[in-house]
Amino acid sequence: MQRLNYLRETPSQTAGPYVHIGLAPGAAGFDIYEHELGWDIAGPNAEGERIRIEGRVIDGTGNPVKDVLLEAWQANAHGKYPHPEGGGEVEDGFRGWGRVITDFDTGEWGFDTIKPGPVPARAPLASMRPTAEEEQKDAFGRGHQGLRAMAPHINLWIVARGINIGLNTRLYFSDEEEANATDPVINLIEWESRRKTLIAQRGERYGQVVYRFDIHIQGENETVFFDI
Amino acid sequence: MKTPAEYYQRDRDRHPPAYAPSYKTSVARSPRYALISLQQSTSEITGPVFGHNDLGALDHDLIKNYAQTGDPVGERIIVHGRVLDENARPVPNTLVEVWQANAGGRYRHKKDTYLAPIDPNFGGCGRTMTDENGYYFFRTVKPGAYPWRNMVNNWRPAHIHLSVFGASFCQRLVTQLYFEGDPLIPLCPIVQTIPDADAIGALTAKLDLNATIPLDTIAYKFDIVLRGRRSTLFENRLEGN
Repeated sequence: MQRLNYLRETPSQTAGPYVHIGLAPGAAGFDIYEHELGWDIAGPNAEGERIRIEGRVIDGTGNPVKDVLLEAWQANAHGKYPHPEGGGEVEDGFRGWGRVITDFDTGEWGFDTIKPGPVPARAPLASMRPTAEEEQKDAFGRGHQGLRAMAPHINLWIVARGINIGLNTRLYFSDEEEANATDPVINLIEWESRRKTLIAQRGERYGQVVYRFDIHIQGENETVFFDI
Repeated sequence: MKTPAEYYQRDRDRHPPAYAPSYKTSVARSPRYALISLQQSTSEITGPVFGHNDLGALDHDLIKNYAQTGDPVGERIIVHGRVLDENARPVPNTLVEVWQANAGGRYRHKKDTYLAPIDPNFGGCGRTMTDENGYYFFRTVKPGAYPWRNMVNNWRPAHIHLSVFGASFCQRLVTQLYFEGDPLIPLCPIVQTIPDADAIGALTAKLDLNATIPLDTIAYKFDIVLRGRRSTLFENRLEGN
């Protein structure tokens, strides 16, 4: 028989307890690089509403994970990613990617950015183009992925000791109720009660907009994680 | 406008499961529900782009990038190889980051209290970009094995942590490189979270005598494979295009 000559993906291993010196040495108090990566997700020139996002990552015992590292990947205020296939030009100073570690004592993490705009949904397959009625919902009450623009969201990737392969999730915004209601990815989650685990809650502190987003790796309120 | 092609779905059998009870920390840090599988959108097929301006001149040289009074103690090694995708195409201009213990098995991290000493000349982290052909290399000292709390007598084989980006957020990968012939590899609960021996082999760097620098530095070869991408055989077009 003929062989398919594909290579196979390199397997993942945990980032371990010392991921901070590797990927965020400056934040971990270790001065080695002139320029640490991941601090400038949205520079001063980036357009849009300035926001802060804060949260914790909670393990199955209910305790915060204090040695976690998160990466964020988001579109700019116009829904475009700074990437050759990101949908168009992006203003200088918008990097779209950030990296953050937690406070080793409290497990709190936070980063400053701008609120992303809605992003076009994937293109529907020609053979599966739905009717107007199907556009509303499928038999399971779920939406199709290839229909409406996706609500503003930030893609998150989480690694830590004890996490054998990085966890992917998405952060949506509580003040985008209408867009969230029709978001094709949120609607893919069959269990409506789990959808709220992806919604960051908008608040304010000293005049600054702060969204709260706790991620539950396991337990009653387990966050929805995606296989992307 | 062409519809951007998607990446092949991840072969989860190739990777360790989230819940691997012999690696005890994974028990409370593993989701219990199934992952929700997404068809990829722009959010997944794009990812951060890095340039040489992001890096310093010595970032890929762990022997020199933290040297204060001289070179660090330890066996001088070069690690080199290519970043490829599952179609065997090189992944050019992608960021590769590494971190590791020193030759005694101690990390420069405030949470590491192992009795092997800190090396004043060794930081233990570095980074580089692949070239146009997906090729990368860095120079360092071979890390030492060290004990860790899991069962009372578990030892990590010598290893280097690697982080690779690829061209999209869905290719993001963190893994560990082990060294050919290390007797601790089959005994390590973290290595053994990987269910298949062939996959463990893919994490084991091979001694590469041809790439050594005679009388100076020994070399290991380590290729990294990221997810591959579909060719668009039957094109789909976005509405209105």
